[in-house]
Amino acid sequence: MLAAFIGFEVIRRVSPLLHTPLMSLTNALDAIAVVGAIILAGEQKSQLATILGTIAIVAATSNIVGGFIITDRMLKMFKVSKTPKP
Amino acid sequence: MTDLVGGEYVIEVLYIIAAALFILSLKWLSSPATARRGIFAGEAGMLLAIVGTLFYKGIVDYKWIAIALVLGTIIGVPLGRVAMTAVPQRTALSHAFGALCVTLVGTAEFYLRAPNISKFMMSVLSLEVILGSLTITGSLMAAGKLQEVLPQRPITYKGQNIVNLGFLAIAIAIAVVLVLLPDHMYLYPAMVIIPLIFGVLMIIPIGGADMPTVISLLNSYAGLSAAAMGFVLDSKLLIVAGALDGASGFILSVNMSKAMNRSFSNVLFGAFGQVQPAVAGAQETRPVRSATPEEAAAILAAANKVVIVPGYGMAVAQAQHKVRELYDALTKRGVDVTFGIHPVAGRMPGHMNVLLAEADIPYDKLLDMDDVNADMPQTDVALVIGANDVTNPAARTDTSSPIYGMPILDVDKAHTVMVIKRSMSPGFAGIDNPLYYLDNNLMLFGDAKQFVGNIVKELSGNSGGH
Repeated sequence: MLAAFIGFEVIRRVSPLLHTPLMSLTNALDAIAVVGAIILAGEQKSQLATILGTIAIVAATSNIVGGFIITDRMLKMFKVSKTPKP
Repeated sequence: MTDLVGGEYVIEVLYIIAAALFILSLKWLSSPATARRGIFAGEAGMLLAIVGTLFYKGIVDYKWIAIALVLGTIIGVPLGRVAMTAVPQRTALSHAFGALCVTLVGTAEFYLRAPNISKFMMSVLSLEVILGSLTITGSLMAAGKLQEVLPQRPITYKGQNIVNLGFLAIAIAIAVVLVLLPDHMYLYPAMVIIPLIFGVLMIIPIGGADMPTVISLLNSYAGLSAAAMGFVLDSKLLIVAGALDGASGFILSVNMSKAMNRSFSNVLFGAFGQVQPAVAGAQETRPVRSATPEEAAAILAAANKVVIVPGYGMAVAQAQHKVRELYDALTKRGVDVTFGIHPVAGRMPGHMNVLLAEADIPYDKLLDMDDVNADMPQTDVALVIGANDVTNPAARTDTSSPIYGMPILDVDKAHTVMVIKRSMSPGFAGIDNPLYYLDNNLMLFGDAKQFVGNIVKELSGNSGGH
């Protein structure tokens, strides 16, 4: 709850300018679900758990990697206008 | 034994640091100046969390983890390198992946624990799986529509809402049964499959113009299901990350709905987009003034203040780089050029900003709706490129219009409006735009990229002569 509240406050301040990067970044962060998948695939409590866990890691990792790369690419593009030289 | 306890402690600490880094990461994202630092914080947090998890003592075998991590990276890199115009699809796709991960983990947890599963656990697990699976298919459908693999027009039929809600109700009913009587494990697959169908049905009636809201909403679902997973696995880190994602998706969808003056339920259940036949009939008779690139260039060159209003059409025509050339040509002549960006322009929140930034247009020239509207009466030329509904004055005046009440960019208040459009056909919402018949409006018919290119050619030709 606390996290949701802090998150709410922080995100509300993100300017509309950066809403697309915001979404791709939170998406990448969301892929932290990979930790649950890693434990499942690693513990090997049942064959089903291992298989599902492995697929889940693939899905989440692609989100982490892809999400960070594209967010960074987007942000690199945002530049301030150069002040015109007199 | 003590070092194992110590190991657990280290993981906990790493998770807390990771969670803090995630929050910092979003905080830094609030300004373009610090935003890239935010990414590094996010990456660092992610790395700490994953490394910490790899030390978890319960892990007996690393083979599959390693294979999966490598495979995920191989898939992820090209997904991070798609063209900027494809970002909405990519985002929808990544919602689907995230939800897939969550649903699979939830399913595995269910079969590991059931039937000895507490009521609370089963409740959050159901929430996780239902939200997760409807997000999988919903996002795939959205991605399909955005990629234009699927028709973008809303597909509706009678009783659609009742059917859809029926599916959702059945899924929830199954969840309730499983919570109360976890012995009925055979019901579990139905609890995954029915929301999967619901996800498809939910997106079918939604048109292209509503995509920004829908993507935000799916983002929120993906986050909430991850937060629910956090409760199932008792992982505070996951709850924090999921809640952040859920909250950001929620805020964005509320923003988007507000920007269209529609409620959530309206977007989800009230597919608009039927062309109004009455208005379409009147269309033929009213005169429209059009202009050539040469005339448009002359008007632009004579202006002091120009506002460019981009829309999805600019993205489709890939015209952002030509627009940049136009921006350069005009700025060089001392014309004050800004961009007016409507919150729902494009197919996802902030879509236009990213495209224009890609074309190297400085972000302090990208203004949001309120700022632009305040300046509009002092604006000489408003150039609308591939935007339609967000400039439709009917939203202010015509109470019978489906978009009545939606905040719009008041381009009609500028001295001259020029609209680049391929034809007179109505936009995605299928609503006729009275703007085009106004006296101060000029239609520039043609492909956005070509037309802007021609204007630029004309402008640079003139400047050479003087």
